[in-house]
Amino acid sequence: MTGENTRVLVVDDEEIVRESLGGWLQEDGFQVSSAPEGRTAVEMMKRDRWNVMLVDLKMPGMDGLQVLEEARKLQPEAAIIMMTAYATVDTAVTAMKLGAFDYLVKPFDPEELSLLMQKVVAQQSLVRENAVLRKALKKEHRFRDLVSKSAAMQRVFELAQVAARSNSTILVLGESGSGKEVLARTIHEESPRAGGPFVAMSCAALTETLLESELFGHEKGSFTGANARRKGKFEAAAGGTLFLDEIGDISPKLQLDLLRVLEERKFQRVGGNEPIDVDVRIIAATNKDLKKAVTDGSFREDLFYRLNVIPVTLPPLRDRKEDIPLLVEHFLDRLEAEMKKRVKVSPEAMGALLAHDWPGNVRELRNVLERGAVVAQGDVIKPSDLGLAPAPARAPGTNAPGEPVSLEEVEKRHISEVLGHTGGNVSQAARLLGIDRVTLYSKIRKFQLRRDGEESDPSGN
Amino acid sequence: MEAIHLWWIGEKDPGPRTLEYVRLHLGRALGAPVRIWEDPARPTDAYDPRRKQWSTSRILAWMGTAGPPGMVLAVTDQDLFIPILTFVFGEAQLGGRVAVVSTARLGEPGLPDPRVALERLAKESVHELGHCFGLVHCDSPGCVMARSPSARDVDRKRGDFCSKCRDRVTRSGGGAT
Repeated sequence: MTGENTRVLVVDDEEIVRESLGGWLQEDGFQVSSAPEGRTAVEMMKRDRWNVMLVDLKMPGMDGLQVLEEARKLQPEAAIIMMTAYATVDTAVTAMKLGAFDYLVKPFDPEELSLLMQKVVAQQSLVRENAVLRKALKKEHRFRDLVSKSAAMQRVFELAQVAARSNSTILVLGESGSGKEVLARTIHEESPRAGGPFVAMSCAALTETLLESELFGHEKGSFTGANARRKGKFEAAAGGTLFLDEIGDISPKLQLDLLRVLEERKFQRVGGNEPIDVDVRIIAATNKDLKKAVTDGSFREDLFYRLNVIPVTLPPLRDRKEDIPLLVEHFLDRLEAEMKKRVKVSPEAMGALLAHDWPGNVRELRNVLERGAVVAQGDVIKPSDLGLAPAPARAPGTNAPGEPVSLEEVEKRHISEVLGHTGGNVSQAARLLGIDRVTLYSKIRKFQLRRDGEESDPSGN
Repeated sequence: MEAIHLWWIGEKDPGPRTLEYVRLHLGRALGAPVRIWEDPARPTDAYDPRRKQWSTSRILAWMGTAGPPGMVLAVTDQDLFIPILTFVFGEAQLGGRVAVVSTARLGEPGLPDPRVALERLAKESVHELGHCFGLVHCDSPGCVMARSPSARDVDRKRGDFCSKCRDRVTRSGGGAT
């Protein structure tokens, strides 16, 4: 056994122990340093990485168990061996419960120490190998922020990577929540336009007039309320990428305007005469069947072909359930960074996640995990924390007896409930409610609801 | 190369064969002249009455002043220890000039052939002097520089260096063949 790449920290208040143990370990080729007290050891943990720490249990000031607790937080992958001259079952059990790798009773039998160090070197080499493999696996299954190992998504990544290098218009197809905007942003970041802006715009959320003004900008006085000249998204995205979401929902007039821009690469602000050159790459997205919309006459065929230069279809999450564990890990990493709390998913909760149908796709999964991380008692998300169990059937707007409410309140509650049910999937909620998406968006705004059905903070915080 | 000195610092007379066997073995393994150093001085301060053992660090410090110049291997029949371990077969200054090795635990009672204990002593002597040449423990199968925390481990290894360790000894000034 040689420990050439293994960094060892010996923490003991007795100089003679530090010296003799350090010398013994150096003969095995370990890189050994020592600390005479717990606080020094903690400082050394903050500065450097250690593979193995041999920590005396009984030290004045900060004792070995406190050092062990700090080590578990600062360097969870290090193997901590507790050393004690007073072996009791209690201290050994406590040390092991706190995550010690093992413990030794002073003075050590040379064979015992030798075997333990062999074990620790093997364990540390597994830790390193594991880290390398996980990194490689993540790299292999990632296209920037997109995470997947499914064959269908791998084809999407390959196509998107190739498409990113061109300037062609891309049409991203996929259900709500399947990651269309994330893919668009990724394509932008991989493209030669990455240095320019990425501007995203949902075409379903606004009325025709407002959308026109949002896209092309307007001149002062061009309509009531146009108090100043304003640049639109096409100008804002100059040199970059313009992402037009819900493109299947735009009106016939705007379809024509957009077609002209795509053909002539020029546009005019609302109320203006001056043609402005377009220097944007368009990525459009929809969850509608645009071919069907062309057939039934609600979407212009010429615009469809202009947009459908490179079509990329994102599969729904229910068709790539093998990605769920990978996505869970990805979102938990994100949540750890945001919440400063590392949570795990229990095997039962993972089972529930795999069994769910995910109508709201990856967005729904992210929301469910966020909820789980907040609700979980401790650091493990259990099935009950996910809120995935179907809510008991209840008539819309049912209230406690004796509390009559207005029709508007009933409508608000029902929309909120349906949005909650679809995990924020507006299209699906609109279908269930029997209204179009534009109407649903306006009601969401009117009732100040978030997409997941919760009431938003009117202050905008 | 300067001669390496071999010095008996034990209590009982080791007999004429023991040191001679070690001397010849060291000479072959290290490719250096090895001479017996005879001096009746003993490291009495190195005895720890609580442990009833002899401290190697105190012996090595004493050897530095009481012994001959150059590289020295002391051999004793006393049981040796370092503070953190229950016992050691020997110890050396890594990259230094003094080393000590003990016969106390190399020949357990009832050992059928006394030559086994002698062979173990020769191997551990080469091993400790290997540390003086700056060698650390080696993973190559059978190399004398393998860590040997038990007598069984000593029996498993050969009495000489693997090619890598031999190169290092040669580079450090030894003449290992």
